[in-house]
Amino acid sequence: MSAAVSAERRPTDWRTASMQRRVRQRYAAERRFRLLGLAAVAASAAFLLFLLASMLARGAGGFVETRIGLPLDLARAGLNVTPEQLRGPRSDLALAGAGLERAVDSAAESAFPRAGGAALLSDAAWLRVREAVKRDPSLLRRRATIDVPVASRLDIAFKGGGTPAERSVAHALGPLLSRGLNRDFLGGADSTDPTRAGIWGALKGSLLTMVVTLLLAFPIGVLSALYLEEYAPRNRWTDLIEVSINNLAAVPSIIFGLLGLAVFLGTFHMPRSAALVGGLTLALMTTPVIVIAARNAIGAVPPSIRDAARALGASPVQVVFHHVLPLALPGILTGTIIGMARALGETAPLLMIGMRAFIAAPPERLTDPATVLPVQIFLWSDDVQAGFVEKTSAAIIVLLVFLLAMNGLAIYLRNRFETRW
Amino acid sequence: MSNAPPKMTASGVDVFYGAKQAIRDVSIDVRQEDVTAFIGPSGCGKSTFLRTLNRMNDTIPGARVSGDVRLDGEDVYAKAMDVVQLRARVGMVFQKPNPFPKSIFENVAYGPRIHGLARSKADLAQIVERSLTRAGLWNEVKDRLGDSGTALSGGQQQRLCIARAIAVDPEVILMDEPCSALDPVATARIEELIHDLRGRYAIVIVTHNMQQAARVSQRTAFFHLGQLVEYGDTSDIFTNPRKERTKDYITGRYG
Amino acid sequence: MSPLALAFVIAALALIGWVTARARAARFRRGTTRRFSSLPQHHGWFVAMGTLLPALLFLTVWHLTSPALVTEAVLATPGAAALPSPGLDRAAILAEARNLAAGRAYGAFHPLSEQLAPAYAAAQARYDWIATAVALLLAFVGGALSYLRVGPGFSARTHVERAIMGALLGASLIAIVTTIGIVASLLFESARFFRIVPLTDFLLGTHWSPQAIDPRHPGAALGAVPLFWGTFFIGAVIAMAVAIPLGLMSAIYLTQYARPRTRRWVKPLLEILAGVPTVVYGYFAALTVAPAVRDLGVALGVSWVSSESALAAGAVMGVMIIPFVSSMADDSLSAVPAAMRDGSLAMGATSSETIRQVLLPAALPGVVGGVLLAVSRAIGETMIVVMAASGVATLTLNPFASTTTVTKQIVDLLTGEAAFDSAKTLAAFALGLTLFVITLLLNVVALIVVRRYREAYE
Repeated sequence: MSAAVSAERRPTDWRTASMQRRVRQRYAAERRFRLLGLAAVAASAAFLLFLLASMLARGAGGFVETRIGLPLDLARAGLNVTPEQLRGPRSDLALAGAGLERAVDSAAESAFPRAGGAALLSDAAWLRVREAVKRDPSLLRRRATIDVPVASRLDIAFKGGGTPAERSVAHALGPLLSRGLNRDFLGGADSTDPTRAGIWGALKGSLLTMVVTLLLAFPIGVLSALYLEEYAPRNRWTDLIEVSINNLAAVPSIIFGLLGLAVFLGTFHMPRSAALVGGLTLALMTTPVIVIAARNAIGAVPPSIRDAARALGASPVQVVFHHVLPLALPGILTGTIIGMARALGETAPLLMIGMRAFIAAPPERLTDPATVLPVQIFLWSDDVQAGFVEKTSAAIIVLLVFLLAMNGLAIYLRNRFETRW
Repeated sequence: MSNAPPKMTASGVDVFYGAKQAIRDVSIDVRQEDVTAFIGPSGCGKSTFLRTLNRMNDTIPGARVSGDVRLDGEDVYAKAMDVVQLRARVGMVFQKPNPFPKSIFENVAYGPRIHGLARSKADLAQIVERSLTRAGLWNEVKDRLGDSGTALSGGQQQRLCIARAIAVDPEVILMDEPCSALDPVATARIEELIHDLRGRYAIVIVTHNMQQAARVSQRTAFFHLGQLVEYGDTSDIFTNPRKERTKDYITGRYG
Repeated sequence: MSPLALAFVIAALALIGWVTARARAARFRRGTTRRFSSLPQHHGWFVAMGTLLPALLFLTVWHLTSPALVTEAVLATPGAAALPSPGLDRAAILAEARNLAAGRAYGAFHPLSEQLAPAYAAAQARYDWIATAVALLLAFVGGALSYLRVGPGFSARTHVERAIMGALLGASLIAIVTTIGIVASLLFESARFFRIVPLTDFLLGTHWSPQAIDPRHPGAALGAVPLFWGTFFIGAVIAMAVAIPLGLMSAIYLTQYARPRTRRWVKPLLEILAGVPTVVYGYFAALTVAPAVRDLGVALGVSWVSSESALAAGAVMGVMIIPFVSSMADDSLSAVPAAMRDGSLAMGATSSETIRQVLLPAALPGVVGGVLLAVSRAIGETMIVVMAASGVATLTLNPFASTTTVTKQIVDLLTGEAAFDSAKTLAAFALGLTLFVITLLLNVVALIVVRRYREAYE
């Protein structure tokens, strides 16, 4: 039998030209496939870098304002104010009543009559003069040149945008113009004038909202994760809870907005547009994320540690709170930070509960009308004024800095405390 | 015993995993007409050495092989050696049956397809039938070639894996403890099969079961702590070992 | 007493209870070698709980019921006789009076509410006083009773631990409550919608223009088929055409080819794509991608090119989904046993042959499950389409044309100035319900597929 089978064997001859060609083709296919994978990675990374670079390029100008040297002679402007009134808390009122805004406008009219006069100045220009006067009351009695922010059109033209006519105006005024850090952007709230609009109001709204979210989502998330992972009996109720949590984690965020609208605003009549309602809505959305992360972290603690504690007579509660929870905490915190970062970047559910109003003052309390950073970005992106383009990108830069910092912290925590059991 | 040159030769082979040396200075010849068995306690490096013969160690990150391994006189680790062709010529069967999650037919046809061995569909079907027949599986599966390979029993899966290896017409078949996951009946069938395949392919089998080595092989190599302790005719090794360590192992003093 | 001060006093009582009970428990332990089931701090926590819980429970119930009691009291005053009979006006006047009394409003629209405001303030003050007294009393009595139980034979730990278990169970029920809340609110508002608009008009109608609703046939302008198509087209076709190849190939490259060092750097970089807020993608899509897509469409000579094209929104959405697909594919590929890969490589297959013919087919169920989850995420995505897609509902296969989606319409419908119960507003809830059901189905199917797949290799 052996001989018969041997006869039928036909050894593969790898040295033939066709076989060698085939092998070469297979290697070429291998290289192509590998290159395709590399291209996919490179394309994704390139998109990310392009996105970040374009936001940086467009938004960097948002942190900078253009100023113009405005020659002022306040002694002759007929201001009805005494240096005594400048001391004390009512100085702002006194200066406003004294007609400072008009004086600044007319100074601009006489200084730049052909270039556009008062229209060259930002709405914030007289406020800057007011601050200067408060700092140095002697300005009321002498001539001086004060740098004040210019209007949005001139600002854009000076930064190289706008129409040719606007650019030629900027060119003509060139020697008087200078750049400086836009403190209104970092310290102010929303405004209809792009040169005055700031993100502090939205940032504070985000902060208040996140505090509410964290205070609710973190304890609830951790407690329910502990229950499900450590104590819950295997029955239909537990299954129901698990299904709910897994499903909630995948429900589109806008649905949570509808829930907030119908329940918090519709049924409980909570105030529209408040950080409290925003925080509640985002807490409902973030809790499942925290539960899932916390369960993974708790489940990763080896059973041997529980057994060791139990063998010493620790009660089930002591086992968990003294041993399991501390060991799982880094993982839980990582998951929490990631969930919070997601909530911080969330926009859609907050639009549903009315957080899209024009809010010109930073919120003081949880029930004050507020807006948050992503919603502010959305509102500015919708604005037709050209000056808001760089403000939108600048706000995006601020938001991304916060998110990257949070994610970086999460990655650091994971690497620093991660234990492989 | 013939005096033909050995099918594969290894001389002075060292294998490192990172800084750790797993194999130290092993030299061995594999002859075409024999079944060669590698025995030794677990962790002795016999499987690691087996994987140097078809360069499967390349797939392990950090693994480094030095020394000289030749197939029909060609340097296996030479730059000019093409791994794809090498592995087609030196087939391998693993410890745990690992059929692909495809049909039985596709499992066997996989090798011929990627290497372009079949000239036509009918040719491919013939290769599959012949391979399954040689692996002693044809009669059991001929009516359900479309079923998933993973639906077979453990022993059948392992024979399917042998059929899969045969299908590309290899010159050498390496078997890494092919029966360790199987029951005694399935083990007996694989041993029978090895017996049938002997002569057509040079067969190297790693086993921790000394009775198996004695039953199926003509030549036996005893490995211990990454070194080749003794290599010779199976009958000599088992009845008249020259080294004390071999004797201790065979008589069951450790292992 | 202000709510804050009340909370502070109750907390102070609880703290006193904690300290004294702990001290007392420590005293009876002194000088004995007997073993006790509870530590002194357990006794402390027991008393603190005994102080806090009854008072908090009472305040919660009170907060829910007292507005009704206050209103009752106001209605009993002589001034309330002038109120109109129950109806919308009456409720409005009462609400206004309530706001005036609480200092939330400064001027009254209706003169009657101005008259009722003092009565409101008085009733509110009276009830607040009662609430404060009762809460403090409950806190004190609760604390005292708990304190009396503290003794050597009393197992405070059992009680404390039982309370902790209760809190844990309560926390985990929040998920169910949230789910019920979502389903109930969507169902409730949708039911009101379907009383105005027949279900068949909504689900089968092909004309969507909520700006021009004919009050006699509201259903004629609220046919959602173009929205469903637009959602599917942008989220499941265009976005996936970008996300699946890029995500899958990235995962393959990173798991099979890249060196561990490269992988360690590139993987988090890709994950940043998932961390970028959607509003940023939306802005990028509207400002940078959409004009480029429009120019491309014009250059290609496409007959209908919109500056709010489906392609711009879908492509950017696809990029956002890449890390999601990639990490799901990564998991699925890693779950394929290494023996499978070795088996193929040992046959002399190249890496790409192994990946395409062995690993990918084996990982397919996991990858498909991941793609379903990705689709579910894409069709629920809101901000990108709100900012970059059009509001015009069309049934078109042209990716350069404008298309709208369910989420975009929900936002548009709810951010107008329409009354809360108009057909327009309610339509948003009907759309929300549809979205919820579809994403739920996708998630459930995906989870089942993924679970089956995991079980196959365990």
